[in-house]
Parts: sequence; structure tokens; C-alpha cells
Amino acid sequence: MTIPPTDVAAHTGSSTTRWLGLAVMAGVVTMFLLGFFVAPEDDLMADSVRMIFVHVPSAILTYVAFGVTAVGSLMWLWKRSVWWDIAAHAAAEIGVVFCGLTLVTGSIWGRPTWNTYWEWGDVRLVTTLILFLMMVGYLAVRSMGGDEAAVSTRAAIVGLIAAVNLPIVNRSVEWWADRTLHQQSSITDGKLEDWTLFTMVLGIVVWAMFFLWAMLHRFRVGWLERQLRVGDLDEAIAARRAEAVDAGGDA
Amino acid sequence: MFRDARIVAAKDLQIEWRSRVTFSQVVPFATLVLVLFGFALDANRPVLERATSGLFWITVMFVSTLAVQRSTSIETSDGARRALLLAGIEPAAVYAGKTAAVAVQLLLVQVVLVAGVVVLFGAEIEAWGLLISTCVVATVGIAGAGTLFGALVAGVRARETVLPILLLPVLAPVLIGATRAFDDAFGSVAVDGWSWLGLLAGFGIINLVLGSLSYGVLLEET
Repeated sequence: MTIPPTDVAAHTGSSTTRWLGLAVMAGVVTMFLLGFFVAPEDDLMADSVRMIFVHVPSAILTYVAFGVTAVGSLMWLWKRSVWWDIAAHAAAEIGVVFCGLTLVTGSIWGRPTWNTYWEWGDVRLVTTLILFLMMVGYLAVRSMGGDEAAVSTRAAIVGLIAAVNLPIVNRSVEWWADRTLHQQSSITDGKLEDWTLFTMVLGIVVWAMFFLWAMLHRFRVGWLERQLRVGDLDEAIAARRAEAVDAGGDA
Repeated sequence: MFRDARIVAAKDLQIEWRSRVTFSQVVPFATLVLVLFGFALDANRPVLERATSGLFWITVMFVSTLAVQRSTSIETSDGARRALLLAGIEPAAVYAGKTAAVAVQLLLVQVVLVAGVVVLFGAEIEAWGLLISTCVVATVGIAGAGTLFGALVAGVRARETVLPILLLPVLAPVLIGATRAFDDAFGSVAVDGWSWLGLLAGFGIINLVLGSLSYGVLLEET
């Protein structure tokens, strides 16, 4: 296991994250203006179509985040990479937030569109909920405490099991429901036009930048936390050794 | 490896046989859950008959968390885990043995549960072959995933609460597949139960492979 160096900054900001943060804020404001005042309402879904600007980017970034967690888990098990381990944890936390946002916005959107908050027959909805629950379990493993490397290994295996089982969950729900209310991909079916499409793509870009910004901060917090724990342990070992040397000298 | 797996499975089953935990606690718990479902659904026969398959497998899921916790605690007490490692048995064999032991216990509980749903819920079995195959294939998947997660939470704080959080979402495909197959076996819904067995088998194989590969890492590092 590689122990991180001890001479890192005591804060998580940098000029890159500050500029990125400003870009995200500007992007959110632009999205708000375009989404509420420029993009037209839908013929069928009326104003509720505006949920697409948050819902679709959140869903995409959920899968990106959990993809990072899966890769990070693999890299921890394979290479014992502390860097990837911290990245996997950071991505899982942010992914859970995105996933929660996807579920909440989906439910709110579903009420006027499908006349129900929750539709069991919808494959993507049910699969996303199971993914959410799996990743909550991943975070629970992360918070269990204990030996640093053991926690990382446990979490990595959970992350990989979740990644491998997700397609089976998806397939089983698909067979089980045998129908779906969910509309097909909003981007590829070509139904979105002009400002609606532009605002949604902008939403994806802004959410991706937000993900990067949050990842940088959360990664650095994770790095500092680890360093604190490892540093504490090193200090404690050094203190015990000093005591032993003193005791030996006295004798 | 098969010999070692058999020894580990025999050891776990012997401990179980001597302690009688499965018979004295797990089986009564499973029966109790069925009775409570009856109360919750207002002893409404048509509703119970329609929901029998789902209620059966939810009960099995609950029971599986107990069985896995029991199987894990055998290894964590008195440093038995370390002793297993020192015995030079391949981790994959330990995993296979423990999975087999959990599967045997779950199958025994299911025998009682099948009798329970026939008597209490008025279920009528129309396809014994499908019913038995579903029980075996689904149970192997449940035991495989359960044993892996059991090792994962072994020796940590709050493992009793973390295990269900981890295990139950992963078992969602088993609940769906086994319930559908049982629907066919009970004749309550017109579905092709045999096609669901393929999904259950796929789940079982994938989780057994994952378990065999990662059990050693868990045994040594956690």
C-alpha cells in the first residue's frame, strides 16, 4: 500500500477548483434562465418537461459516478492504488446524491406525466432504485470503521458486486415488468428540438463540471482524512518506540 | 478442492446439527413470518393465494440473512477463521463448503415453508419439477451471494444491520425470478416459469464465481 506524502495543503481549494466552481455557478444560472424562460413548453407534458434539464443530466452522471467507483474498486483490488480507492469512495458519495436526485425528479415528473409518483412497471426507475440501495450499502461499508486496508477491500468488493449485478437486476426487472412507461432516450430519438435540446445538453455539461468540482474537493478531503489517520498511527508507533527505547536505556 | 469443500460443509452442518439453531429458531421464525403475512393480509384467501409465491420468497430472504449471519459467526468466534487459514485449505474450497452448508439449511427451511403455504395459504402445487428446481437453483444463488457478504461484514461493528442492507438489493433478481417461477408452479399466473430458471442460474453462476475469486482476499485481509 502506498502511503500518501505528508506535505499536502491543509485545504481543498485551488485556482482550478475555484474557476471550475465559478463556471458551474454561471452554468446553473444560464440553465435556469434558458430552462424557465427560453425553452418552450411541451405539447403533451406542458411545463413539466422542464424537469428534463435536471433529471437527464443527473441520471447520466449517476452512471458515470458509479462507473468511476467500479473502476476504482478494481484498481484497489488489482494494484492496491490508494489514489483509486479514494476516488472510488468520492465518486460513490457524489453518485448517491445524483442518483437520489434522479429518483426524486423522476417521481415528481412522473406524477403529472404518468399520473403516479412510482411505476413498478418501469424498468429504468426500478433498476435505478436498486442501484441507489446498493450504493447506500457501499457507503455503509465505508463507514463501518476498522483497519484502513480492510475497509477499502470490503468496499471495493461491494462496488464490484454492485457493478456486476446491475445488468442482471436490469434484465430481471425488464422481463418482470414486460412493459415500460419510460420514454426512450430523449437525446437519440430526435424528439427534442432547438432550445429544449440545447438546454438539456448544457445541463449535462454543467452537471459534468459540477461532478468534477465535487470530485476534486471530495478526493482531497478523503486524501487528508487518510493522511490524518495514517499520520496518527505513525505518531503513535513512534511514541511507543521512544518509550521502549527509554525503558531499555533505564534498565 | 471438492474434498476440502465437503469437509467444511460437513463441519458447518455438524455444528448446526449439534446446536439445533436452524430447527429451534430459524424454522419457527420462518413459520411465524408466514402466519404474520396471513394476519397482515386479513386472512383473505384469494389475496393470499395470489401473493403466495412472493410471500414465500420474501420469507426465504429474511431467513437467509439469519442463516448467513449464523454461518459467519461460526468462523468469527474463537478465532476459527484464522485456524481455517492456517489449516491450508483453499479459500475457494472454504467458500464452496460454507455456501453448500447454508444452501442445505435454506432448503430444509423451504420444505417446511412449502408445507406452510399449502396448509395456511391454500396453495396448490401443479408443477413439482419446476418448484423443486426453482428452490435448488435460487437457493444456490442466495447462499453464494450470502456467504460472500457474510465474510465481508465478519468481525465488524453493526454487521447485523449492514448485512441485510448489502445482501437484499443484490438478491432482487432472485426474488423476481423465483417468484415468477413459483407463480407458474402454483398455477396462479400464466407465465413460463422455466424461462425464469435461466435467469436464476445466471445469477447463481456469476455470484459463485465472484465469491470464489474474492473470498480469499476477504479471508486474509479482513
